[in-house]
Amino acid sequence: MPVNETPAIEVSELTVHRGGNLVLDRVSCQVGAGSVTGLLGPSGSGKSTLIRSIVGVQKITSGTVQVLGRAAGSKPLRALIGYVTQAPSVYTDLTVRENLRYFAAVIGASPRDVDTVISSVGLTDKSGALVARLSGGQRTRVSLAAALLGEPQVLVLDEPTVGLDPVLRRDLWQLFKGLASSGSTLLVSSHIMDEADRCTQLLLLRDGRVLAADSPAAIRDHTDTADLESAFLALIDAEEVAAR
Amino acid sequence: MNARITVATAGRVLTQLRHDPRTIALLLVVPCLLLALLSWTFDGQPAAFDRIGPMLLAIFPLVVMFVVTSVAMLRERTSGTLERLLAMPLNKLDLLLGYALAFGALAVVQAGLASGVSLWLLDLDIVGSAGWLVLTALLSALLGTALGLLASAFAQTEFQAVQFLPAFVLPQLLLCGLFVPREAMHSVLEAISNVLPLSYAVDAIAEVAANRGLSGQASLDYGVLVAFIVGALALGAGTLRRRTA
Repeated sequence: MPVNETPAIEVSELTVHRGGNLVLDRVSCQVGAGSVTGLLGPSGSGKSTLIRSIVGVQKITSGTVQVLGRAAGSKPLRALIGYVTQAPSVYTDLTVRENLRYFAAVIGASPRDVDTVISSVGLTDKSGALVARLSGGQRTRVSLAAALLGEPQVLVLDEPTVGLDPVLRRDLWQLFKGLASSGSTLLVSSHIMDEADRCTQLLLLRDGRVLAADSPAAIRDHTDTADLESAFLALIDAEEVAAR
Repeated sequence: MNARITVATAGRVLTQLRHDPRTIALLLVVPCLLLALLSWTFDGQPAAFDRIGPMLLAIFPLVVMFVVTSVAMLRERTSGTLERLLAMPLNKLDLLLGYALAFGALAVVQAGLASGVSLWLLDLDIVGSAGWLVLTALLSALLGTALGLLASAFAQTEFQAVQFLPAFVLPQLLLCGLFVPREAMHSVLEAISNVLPLSYAVDAIAEVAANRGLSGQASLDYGVLVAFIVGALALGAGTLRRRTA
């Protein structure tokens, strides 16, 4: 069941080639407004490419991607989407606060937002530290904080919880839920199956194709499994049987 | 175009430099030391130093800013910050002009210091005023920044970016009139030097050093320099792609 009638993101027949290889093969999917949608799939399944297409930084072969009713990458969308790349994309030779001040200026967010997002990702005590001196997980959070600036309507996060400790991951998922309940739409990619249960909707991607799109409970019911890892395997098996 | 974003970008680039005091020291001190070295090698031939000294004041900013900018821009590309910025409401020119503003400010300080050291400590003797030297050095720095931004598009690694210095800048150095006056070169080489931007920076500074005020020749050289800067920035903006493979 979709969370909301009008989807925030609508992908239709999207095909993408990278370096001559087919990465996404006629992918169609929707992300409901106000949902926390998990984009799951093994490494190399096309998650990052789908995310880049939604943000509008990916050259696509064919198909359409609509975000908030506009073509992905169109100018008015750039102020409405927060985007976190897989590798932390922040300046390592600036402090946490200097990074966020700059990005706040670029998107026109209020300077007061800077302290809010720093505390949202739990980095208040590190705000004066150079990013180069931070751990990998802390850098990921600086990158996430930059995407939270300006209260974007759609947040697209590529593996934001990689390398974080369990307490922090729980806190971030609570943050994501909070953002969704205040009206934002979140698309979060992960290859960790136990994170899937925290999502309201799931998109399972494999070899550039959508394997399943439903709520975690519905996917478990449908495959008659107890956990999503088994559900994913059952779906892969079923597909391979069908292909034979 | 958005002045707020341009100024914020310039501020960000200068803050990055502020965290790297060794680079600032190298940028400011090395040109002065090289000029001192040059004046000592011409010990007893003040006329030669008076001819070559101003040329170097135009050459250093281009060389230094070319390297610094091409590496800085390459880092933006490889670290993902460029992709983040281009996914934000930022005009490509805001980014390029931000860089030009930051490195231009740095160039004014560099040129001011190098000119001051040359004129007052090394007894460089010029007919024109120091202000024109600094202005020419600023234009040369902006040219270096614009060319560096453009060159960074063709480098995949920092090793490659640094190699662009001998590839793009040294030929200009050989043909700019520093070693042999351009009129005295073979006509083919002179023709090549006529289309290389550094030639105009060196011509301009030699002209404003040798004359009081702004001669017609110097104005022409400045015009060509500005055209090269604008052209390189426009080409550089063309290499920034929002959508990549």
